[in-house]
Parts: sequence; C-alpha cells; structure tokens
Amino acid sequence: MQLYLPIADLPVNVFLVLAMGAAVGFVSGMFGIGGGFLMTPLLIFIGITPAVAVASVASHIAASSFSGALTYWRRRAIDPALASVLLCGGVTGTALGVWTFTQLRALGQLDLMIALSYVVLLSTVGSLMFSEGLRALMRTRRGAVPPRRTHNWIHGLPLKMRFKRSKIYLSVIPVVVIGIVIGFIGAIMGIGGGFILVPIMIYLLRVPTSTVVGTSMVLTLVTMLFATMLHAVTNHLVDAVLALILMVGGVTGAQFGARAGQKIRGEQLRLLLGLLILSVGVRFAVELVIRPEDLFTIRELGVSG
Amino acid sequence: MMRAFVTALFLLLLGASANAERLIVSVSNHRVTVTPNYSGEELVLFGSVEKDAATPTDRTAYDLVVTVMGPRADMVTRRRERKFGIWINTDYRQFLQVPSYLALFANRPFEAITSPEIARRQQIGLNNVLLTQRVSGDYADVVPNDAFRSAFTRLRTQRGLYREDASAVTFLTPTLFRTGIPLPAEVPIGTYEVEIKLFANGAFIGKTETAFEIVKVGFEQFVATTARQNGLVYGLVTAAMALMTGWMASIVFRKD
Repeated sequence: MQLYLPIADLPVNVFLVLAMGAAVGFVSGMFGIGGGFLMTPLLIFIGITPAVAVASVASHIAASSFSGALTYWRRRAIDPALASVLLCGGVTGTALGVWTFTQLRALGQLDLMIALSYVVLLSTVGSLMFSEGLRALMRTRRGAVPPRRTHNWIHGLPLKMRFKRSKIYLSVIPVVVIGIVIGFIGAIMGIGGGFILVPIMIYLLRVPTSTVVGTSMVLTLVTMLFATMLHAVTNHLVDAVLALILMVGGVTGAQFGARAGQKIRGEQLRLLLGLLILSVGVRFAVELVIRPEDLFTIRELGVSG
Repeated sequence: MMRAFVTALFLLLLGASANAERLIVSVSNHRVTVTPNYSGEELVLFGSVEKDAATPTDRTAYDLVVTVMGPRADMVTRRRERKFGIWINTDYRQFLQVPSYLALFANRPFEAITSPEIARRQQIGLNNVLLTQRVSGDYADVVPNDAFRSAFTRLRTQRGLYREDASAVTFLTPTLFRTGIPLPAEVPIGTYEVEIKLFANGAFIGKTETAFEIVKVGFEQFVATTARQNGLVYGLVTAAMALMTGWMASIVFRKD
C-alpha cells in the first residue's frame, strides 16, 4: 500500500516502513536502546533526505523512550534528581544542536556532517563496545573475576550533589556536560544517544545499573521531544505521518525484542550491539568514499506565488 | 540596442495583429486536484487557428510551440567534488525564480520551425528558456552548455518536471490542434501558465495564453500546509502524538 509522505514529499510503501520500524524496535528492545542510530540510516537508505529523517526520527524515539520510561518509573528505576541535572545540560545541547543543524543546512553541508558524525561516532563506540564485549566474554571463559571498580578523576570535581535513589555522591559538572553532548549530537544525528549515554554513565559516573537505563530514557525522552518541537518550528522538517508509522512499528517490535534480549547473556549482547553499531558506521564511510552516481544535487528554496 | 530590440518586438506584434490569425485554446481541466493516491495525470490542450480576411491566402501550414510553466521558485544546484578522499559539496549556483515545472511542446523539431535568433528571442527549446542564475552578485542566464545549467535541466528532466517534446503537438486538421500535458506524481502545486506561440514559414506571428491550477487536497496536504504555516502547533501535536503512542504501548504490553 503506497502512502504519500507530506513532508518527505515521497510515496512510500506503508508495510515497508512499518516493518523497518518493527525491526529497529526489536533490536532496540533487545539491547535496551532507542534505536535512532539504526532508524535514521535506514530512512536515508530508502531515499528520505537526511534532514527529514533526522527530524522525524526524533519524535519516533520520543514515543519509544516514553513507553520505556513509564515502565521504569513504575519499577522505581529512575533517579529524578540525576535526570533533572542531566536535563539541564540536555535541553541546552539540543537547542545548540538544532541551531547548528539549521546553519549547516543553509551551507549545504548538512548531509556531509550527518554522514561524518555517523562514521566517527559509530565506529568509535562500536569498536569500543565490541572489544569490551570480547574481553568480558574471554574473562568469563577463563572464569576470572571482573576488575574492581575504582573512583576516577571525575569524582574529584567540585559542586558535589547527593543523588539518593542511585546512592551516589557526584559533582554536577560532568553530568551537565554529558547532557549537553548527548543533546547536541542527538539533535544533529537523529539519535536518542542511549547507546552512548548508558556506557558513559556506568563507566565514568558509576551510576548503578538499577537506575541507569531508566534515567537515561528520561533524558532521551525530553531531549527528543524538545528536538521534535525545535525541528518543527525552525526547519519544518518533521514528517508526522512517517513518524506515526515508525512509532507503531517500533513500540510493537520493542516488546518482542525485550523478550528475546532476556534469553541472551550480557556479554554476548554487548558484542552483538558493538558489531551492529560498527557496521552502520562502516556503511556510512563507504558511502562517503565511493563516487556518487550524480555529482549534482538540486534543492528548492521555497515556492513563491 | 535595447530600443532597437523593443522596436523590432513592437513591429513583430503589430505584424502579428495585422496578419490577424487568432488562436483559440482551451485546456481540458482548469483545476487539477491532486489526491494522496495521485500518480500522475495528463491534461489535454485543444485549440484552433482562426484565419480572417487579412490572412494571406498562400499561408496554409502553421507551426506551434506550447510552453507550460509551473510556479516559480528559487533553487540551488550543488556540485560534489572529491576532497580529502571523500565526496563533499563544494561549489553551488543559485537559480532565481525559475519554473518548478517546465514543458515545451511543438509539432516538429524546434530548429525546423524557426531560426536560431527567433528561437532565442521567443525562448523556444529548453536551451533557450531563461533560467536566471546568481553569479557572484550578478544576475544572468549563462550559455546552455554551462555545467550547472545543464545539470539543473538534466536533473529536473529525470524527475519528469522539465520536458521537451517536438512531436507532442498534433494537427487534427490544418488549423485544429491538440497536445497532451503530462503531470508527474510529484508535480508542484500552484498556477501553471500556458503560452501558445504560432509560427508560419519560420516567422513568429502571434501568441495566446491560458492557465490552469494544481491544488492538492486531502489529509497529506493538510499536514504539509500546517507544518509550514503553524510550525509550533504542528510540533506540539507531533510531540503529543509521540507521548500518546508511547503511553498506549506501555498499557497494551503491560506485563504485571
């Protein structure tokens, strides 16, 4: 069934987009991530312009993280204090990100920046995750105990604050900075950032695993809602029809993914996720290096009259 | 130079009215509505060449060029080049107020209808239609084989938005003619101007104009218009929709 997407200005097959949403939802449910880093590239590959893809995926991630956040809230697995401090940075970062997005679009370098960010970010995070997963897997094979966590330089910073539910005593500076970074790259790349945020919070901030996913989802939810609003107001690029199809497919797929994820061991899961992230990064790199089919592109600046 | 040109044009027009062939045309539909499942359509333009007493009796064969122009818009053409091993947009040209849809139809090849000078003056053929570019602060059209201009017309032609067909106009009788105007699925909305130019023995002898309108209807168009005109409301509704979907999913799939 063909459906015309009003903002993307493109007819698409509803079932294809629905299936894509479900597939990404499955993966996101399995790994406990938003899945934006998969959704945005997939949309670009089916012909939707990167700008529309990034803006529309923001609302799709908002939907899936809201349903996740509700579940974690019921289980009291969200740290409200930590979430609010993260949000201070997140909202600022998102605003900066959308502003940069608009500037790059006017310069004609947005598509390049999106592709480059994907290459750099995904290959770095992917390789780190993959090698970490591999090491963990070898450790369990050998039956060794994981190294004991120690405090690092971050815990020496001033402006400390007590986060009761996470039972940590931490400076607000790194928390706000992380919020800004995640909000910024999220708005430019159309990702929630959960797959980066969760490891950072665990390894750098020493947030306990009981509250880390729920709290990161709150940040994702609010920054993505904010990004949706800003993209809609400034660039008029949010395709609500596309977003709705993705949301329906995504939230359904996520439920099945979550069940499948419980059957796989943690280290294997991280290894798989690392591989997945890495391959998306490589895909973008290849795209940049090979000669494009057409060296010229046209963009309309708006119809008058 | 300019004055000479205007005088020549005036004489030409005067000549046209003195020759007094009248063109009567009509399009099959003056208001095309594009629905969500619209997959392209073809309009038909009918017309006839009316002679009167002033028409030279030896003039029997006519040539016609039909130009259809969609709403005008500013467009940017960018060129990618290889830099540091990757392909990036480097150079660009801005096209100012160029037609978003452009079709040129004739009953036989343009070069057979009239001389190159008249073709240029009357903008006959894709190469002769004025496409104003902004070149370092200056406004001008460039030579047809300019890289950006040819890439621009080529890309528009690929999408079916620019077209040139020298056999699309058919004469049913020596004075009665028709032509189809194909409108692709992604046709821009707005007012379309149709110009019909009449030639005889290589000379331009008159023209007439008509117009039609393309309007999109339905939910998709409503969404697109709202997004452009009420960005804030649109954003709020989309955000609310995201929250609703998320909330419903958490209820439907609740595992308590």
